[in-house]
Amino acid sequence: MKKLISVILAGLMAVMALGGCSKEDEGGSMSTDGSTSMSEVIGVLGEAFQQENEGVSFTYNPTGSGSGIEAVLAGRCDIGLSSRSLKDEEKSEGLEETVLAYDGIAIIVNTENPVSDWSLEQIAGIYKGEITDWSEVGGQSGEIVVIGREAGSGTRDGFESITGTEDECSYRQELTSTGDVITTVAGNPNAIGYASLSAVKDTVKALSVGGVAPSEDTVKDGSYVVQRPFVFVTKSDAELSETAQSFFDFATSEDANELITSAGVVPAN
Amino acid sequence: MKNRQLLENIIHGIFFVLGMVTVGSVLLITVYLIISGLPAIKEIGLKEFLLGKTWASTASEPKYGILPFILTSIYGTAGAIVLGVPIGFFTAVYLSKMAPPKVKAVMQEAVSLLAGIPSVVYGLVGMIVLVPGIRELFNVPDGASLLCAIIVLAIMILPSIIKVSITALDAVPKEYEDASLALGATPIETYFRVSVPAAKSGIATAVVLGVGRAIGEAMAVMMVSGNAPNMPSLFQSVRFLTTAVASEMGYSSGLQRQALFSIALVLFVFILMINGALNFFLKGGKENNK
Repeated sequence: MKKLISVILAGLMAVMALGGCSKEDEGGSMSTDGSTSMSEVIGVLGEAFQQENEGVSFTYNPTGSGSGIEAVLAGRCDIGLSSRSLKDEEKSEGLEETVLAYDGIAIIVNTENPVSDWSLEQIAGIYKGEITDWSEVGGQSGEIVVIGREAGSGTRDGFESITGTEDECSYRQELTSTGDVITTVAGNPNAIGYASLSAVKDTVKALSVGGVAPSEDTVKDGSYVVQRPFVFVTKSDAELSETAQSFFDFATSEDANELITSAGVVPAN
Repeated sequence: MKNRQLLENIIHGIFFVLGMVTVGSVLLITVYLIISGLPAIKEIGLKEFLLGKTWASTASEPKYGILPFILTSIYGTAGAIVLGVPIGFFTAVYLSKMAPPKVKAVMQEAVSLLAGIPSVVYGLVGMIVLVPGIRELFNVPDGASLLCAIIVLAIMILPSIIKVSITALDAVPKEYEDASLALGATPIETYFRVSVPAAKSGIATAVVLGVGRAIGEAMAVMMVSGNAPNMPSLFQSVRFLTTAVASEMGYSSGLQRQALFSIALVLFVFILMINGALNFFLKGGKENNK
């Protein structure tokens, strides 16, 4: 959020600076619209893009994946942002997707916990409150302490949509940052939580899901299922404006990989 | 002569403008809170909003009931007062009346330091030490709870209670105490029968300040209370009015965001009531001294 605000502020200042020296036609502008989960990665990329191309105005409108896709169709923005793949009917309306990155979500438990591999159904059962004791899922007996993120968080939204537990999760704790979740799970042998894969270190244990351990590779090839793509949505028949095209090329090039990783997701290119 | 008068007027004007900055800020915040807080209450319904027991702001059928937050804030603050006031009060009596000068100097320094510790540090220490401690001590599945928040708040309000109480106790005229001692009362009798009653409005002020600090605290309690919107219970994960605003503001939109402003408005009303109480006690003190 802070990054987002700083991006917007930076954008405003850039516009004002331009207005001040009456060279308004120099530079250019582009707009993105869509997924709130992508705010961090787009914030980082937008910031870097503006630094490299002085005088360019870059805007990001966090409305949600669905509205972002609609906005591209209606021509209200240059690039739409979606944290899910396009549906076939959306593609048939003339939209094209380019995967920017994959958001892998690790299911984490305390290092003392003996469990190591679960199915997606078991995870969903725990978060819905149908499974409440560790002995039901291969651990030592003890009440499961379900830890999640606050309403509106991109990670929560991603986790709940992948496991099919939207609006049904019964959380014991709702924490406001990835770091808080990891610290809490590291300090409680009965806790389970979820966090961006890139943030998970040795202090907690990331579980395998369906026999596949989470890693950059398994997220990229799709075998680790608790993940979703972050995609750029564009019109397949229309060309992007010059500014938008150069941002697109920049974001999908290898140069952007480090920035994308710093935003906590796995780069696709 | 004229120039001098002009200068006076100009300086007067500058000071007036500077003073108005404070008043203007208060007015701006009040007006802004009311304007942005009312629409959601209107849409949700006042009764539904204040007395609803379920908060599910991002569900497909969102529910915006803040009764759990209101009760948690009240219980949490009351708990912190119950724990913190006796400790703070007796510390203040000791420091003001009994402590040897060296002990007094060191302890007052410690109290000042306690006041200066940022709330996020209280939260962090609470999260890493207190939360696991409560889990093991009470054998509950998770330590992040109302109890944990109460303990953190109780420690956080100690400095304001101690400092204001000491000021009040120090201000009691020495003649009162001398008279009591001369009549044969022991020092302890004197402090609790004479000094404390004479300072009671100051001590009441200290308690109200403590209430204000406790009810407005967000950062520290957010880190130790678990933040699930449950009805309050000592070992349950709970959400305060402050943390309800702070935890969801980052990604909120639409009616959810407006509802967060409405929560802030409710909190603001609470603070107004506490300030009213404070004024009442301060006035009471002045009348007593007449």
